[in-house]
Amino acid sequence: MTQLNDLTITEASEKLAAGDISAVELAQSCLDAMDANRALNAFITETPDLALARAAASDQRRAKGALAEVGAGALDGIPVAIKDLYCTDGVLTTAASHILDGFVPPYESTVTANLLEAGTVMLGKTNLDEFAMGSANVTSHYGPVKNPWTLDDGKDRVPGGSSGGSASAVAGNLALGAIGTDTGGSIRQPASFSGIVGMKPTYGRCSRWGIVAFASSLDQPGPMTKTVRDAAIMLAGMAGHDPRDSTSAPVAVPDFAAAMTGDVRGMKIGIPKEYVIDGMPGEIEALWHKGADMFRDAGAEIVDISLPHTKYALPAYYIIAPAEASSNLARYDGVRYGLRVDGDSLDEMYSKTRAEGFGEEVRRRIMIGTYVLSAGYYDAYYVKAQKVRSRIAEDFTTAFTEVDAILTPTAPSAAFAIGEKMDDPLAMYLNDVFTVPSSMAGLPGISVPAGLSDEGLPLGLQLITRPFDEETLFRAAGVLERQAGFEAKPTGFGGETADLRTNGVLS
Amino acid sequence: MSYLIDGDTGPWEVVVGLEVHAQVSSKAKLFSGSATDFGAEPNSQVSLVDAAMPGMLPVINGYCVEQAVKTGLGLNAQINLHSVFERKNYFYADLPQGYQISQFLYPIVGEGTVTLDMDDGDQRHIGIERLHMEQDAGKSIHDQDPKRTLIDLNRSGVCLMEIVSKPDIRSPEEAGAFVRKLRSILRYLGTCDGNMEQGSMRADVNVSVRKAGEDYRTRTETKNVNSIRFIMQVIEVEAQRQVEVFEQGGEIIQETRLFDVARNETRAMRSKEFAHDYRYFPDPDLLPLNLDQAFVDQIKQTLPELPDQKKDRFISEFGLNPYDAQVLVQDQEAAVYFEQVATGRDGKQAANWVTSNLFGALNKLERSIADSPISAAHLGKLLDLQSDGTISGRIAKDVFELMLVGGGDPEQIVEEKGLKQITDTGAIEAAVDEVIAANPQQAQDVRDGNGKAIGWFVGQIMKATGGKANPGAVNQMLRDKLTSG
Repeated sequence: MTQLNDLTITEASEKLAAGDISAVELAQSCLDAMDANRALNAFITETPDLALARAAASDQRRAKGALAEVGAGALDGIPVAIKDLYCTDGVLTTAASHILDGFVPPYESTVTANLLEAGTVMLGKTNLDEFAMGSANVTSHYGPVKNPWTLDDGKDRVPGGSSGGSASAVAGNLALGAIGTDTGGSIRQPASFSGIVGMKPTYGRCSRWGIVAFASSLDQPGPMTKTVRDAAIMLAGMAGHDPRDSTSAPVAVPDFAAAMTGDVRGMKIGIPKEYVIDGMPGEIEALWHKGADMFRDAGAEIVDISLPHTKYALPAYYIIAPAEASSNLARYDGVRYGLRVDGDSLDEMYSKTRAEGFGEEVRRRIMIGTYVLSAGYYDAYYVKAQKVRSRIAEDFTTAFTEVDAILTPTAPSAAFAIGEKMDDPLAMYLNDVFTVPSSMAGLPGISVPAGLSDEGLPLGLQLITRPFDEETLFRAAGVLERQAGFEAKPTGFGGETADLRTNGVLS
Repeated sequence: MSYLIDGDTGPWEVVVGLEVHAQVSSKAKLFSGSATDFGAEPNSQVSLVDAAMPGMLPVINGYCVEQAVKTGLGLNAQINLHSVFERKNYFYADLPQGYQISQFLYPIVGEGTVTLDMDDGDQRHIGIERLHMEQDAGKSIHDQDPKRTLIDLNRSGVCLMEIVSKPDIRSPEEAGAFVRKLRSILRYLGTCDGNMEQGSMRADVNVSVRKAGEDYRTRTETKNVNSIRFIMQVIEVEAQRQVEVFEQGGEIIQETRLFDVARNETRAMRSKEFAHDYRYFPDPDLLPLNLDQAFVDQIKQTLPELPDQKKDRFISEFGLNPYDAQVLVQDQEAAVYFEQVATGRDGKQAANWVTSNLFGALNKLERSIADSPISAAHLGKLLDLQSDGTISGRIAKDVFELMLVGGGDPEQIVEEKGLKQITDTGAIEAAVDEVIAANPQQAQDVRDGNGKAIGWFVGQIMKATGGKANPGAVNQMLRDKLTSG
């Protein structure tokens, strides 16, 4: 028995169009699943009333034949989960940080406003690593998120991070789709860990306006969905030039889903030799080879390429991202909003507020960032890291003279248990080793679930294409998805598979 | 004349560089659409961006960029087609972002020059090091509540141009002249209103002293000095202080100081107040500012005639001396006023009337040229009445006084008050005869050869005619009657 919340966006959209289901029923189904699966801790704030009201409004639009124009109404009435890094008008926005206690923005981020315009129904705000800093969703002030995927060892798995709540919500069928943000892998890595599709667009494809900033030159919103086609549909509802974001690109939004022709014959897929790293589990490498075979089978040409500066990407990233973060987070000072811990002087108020308001990982990155920007260290760290960043971008530019897309593993491991790597930030940072280089180059990337680990946890493969060539990305990803035929579902989470509500619509 | 401080060890030279912060005259802030009106209710001109709400992003105001380029061109400076906004990081309660967006390594304007006309007739050329754009901070108000500091963010994000001079200034007078000239140029350009009392212009004053022929010694920087007089005072007292420190065997440390107006001294700020490592880095929210030459050329086309060019033209076109020309061009409105008076008339005479009579009167009335009670057209007419002989120079001054009080057309005043010069010989002769008849003794003195006494007669006759008699005619007639006989 399939429940409504188990549907993909594409399926639900068809059923809504056919009049088989209503948006309200669809939203209610998700709300029920959220209710039944609070143990996942996927949401920081649930907005059921708002969701039902918006769903009802969608049903009315449909009745009047006045659906949202975006994607011919494909997203109208679709319930989605919003990472709690997006400011949402009148709805608590926390960035999973204590320091934003009680912060209710009087404005709506551009991307969520676009999604509202497209008719989507927000279910709530999903949990994340504090200020999107983390790869396991364990740094949230609101507690860790659990991955719906479990093994029978009794341990809860992390969903990856930082968009762990969004990943868990989609993997657990609490939402049909979700949005995350990706700075160094925060969409793709949790997608890989949770067995879903996670897509980071080209830097500048989506507006950053209204998203709590982590590292401005890297942050990019993106969709997290059950299928590649759903991601393409959602991205169309998110993207577009925004004059309020100077780094938003003035380019048209193509019909991404239409680019999914299923045909990759003659496409050249690059396999970068530098992505074979020490200590990488054999199953990851095996899956990667399998992915290459899938493309070969589908008529693509596999080309060995080199991205020589790959090994410098992670260290450079962990200079640039904290540097920007240390400055971006300076505004959380207790003066205007969020947490304030009083002190006897302005400086004391600052230090008490920030010491109490920021968690350990955020404090660590602020300190790293402050250090690398300091007089005497700036040239050795920040300037050098920027140079590395340019070399990395050049590597990709060169590679893309030979190939149309690049195939890599998404993450160097499957989901690990909550609590692991907590005391070793460097091991944690290694999670981003395959996602960071393309982030540094601002390129679009997607993680597609491609198989299971030996233990039975999902593993993703990543595809990367040229800037603003999301169409090729979706085309290749669609084929990878088809060839991989990933059908496994998480089992055993939340104690039960939610209530077996029958609605008479589904067989 | 060089300005030297006489120390116990001999004369010391003063070396000064100024960093002038000039607020761009724009309706909206540098990176947000908020208004910039002076004197608005606290926190009434604050957008989400100015308050640094989470997720807010800066978007450059193109108008401010144009004004910065225009100012650069007005300072004969290099316009940098590539410039970069960076973040200057520090914490303060009136700095909502926790950083100020400024330009650091790549300013929009490079080297230029400002020419000063000193009172002694010398010219001095002061180098401009750079001009960059930056956001202003908000205002912390410490004196309205015993325990708390109040914050007004109206100024937060307002566009400032920081104009940095080279250390070419050698005296308080030169510093004053530099700021006045800079203000004049900015006002001509319309890029800054130059109102120091409203905070539209303020300066950081870098001062060091040295013995003749030495390299620069360590300088101090006195922050946020908000009047020309104070800038000059800061240089005097700070240079004096430094000389005393050196002569007592001490050292000057590079530090930030504040000017205590009441005590007329500079004081070191507490170390915490300036011990900043600003951690500049390019603002990732903004792309580098790349201009094309056509944009700059187009702005160049719109430049008005600037004070130096106007001065040269006044000298060549109206025959003014350099001093008068320089006085007249300082203020653009005064220059326009003068030009209106002078056009088609005697330029030197017009300059005299404007610089001595009108400026003097306005000074007394504490009014600016913009609300002068006498319009340029009326002053011109007054000059015409004098030069065509309708009224004498003395009467002209009287009419001028009447115009100051009640405004009005001088022609009408002359008509109404019956002030027309008497050129009718018969009427003058009658008055002369009357005065001679009434003063036989003085008349005899003149006849006896006492030339001076004739002046006394002229005065008497002018008095008798209410000043309206043509003094030349009176003189001639007196001579005819008293000395030819």
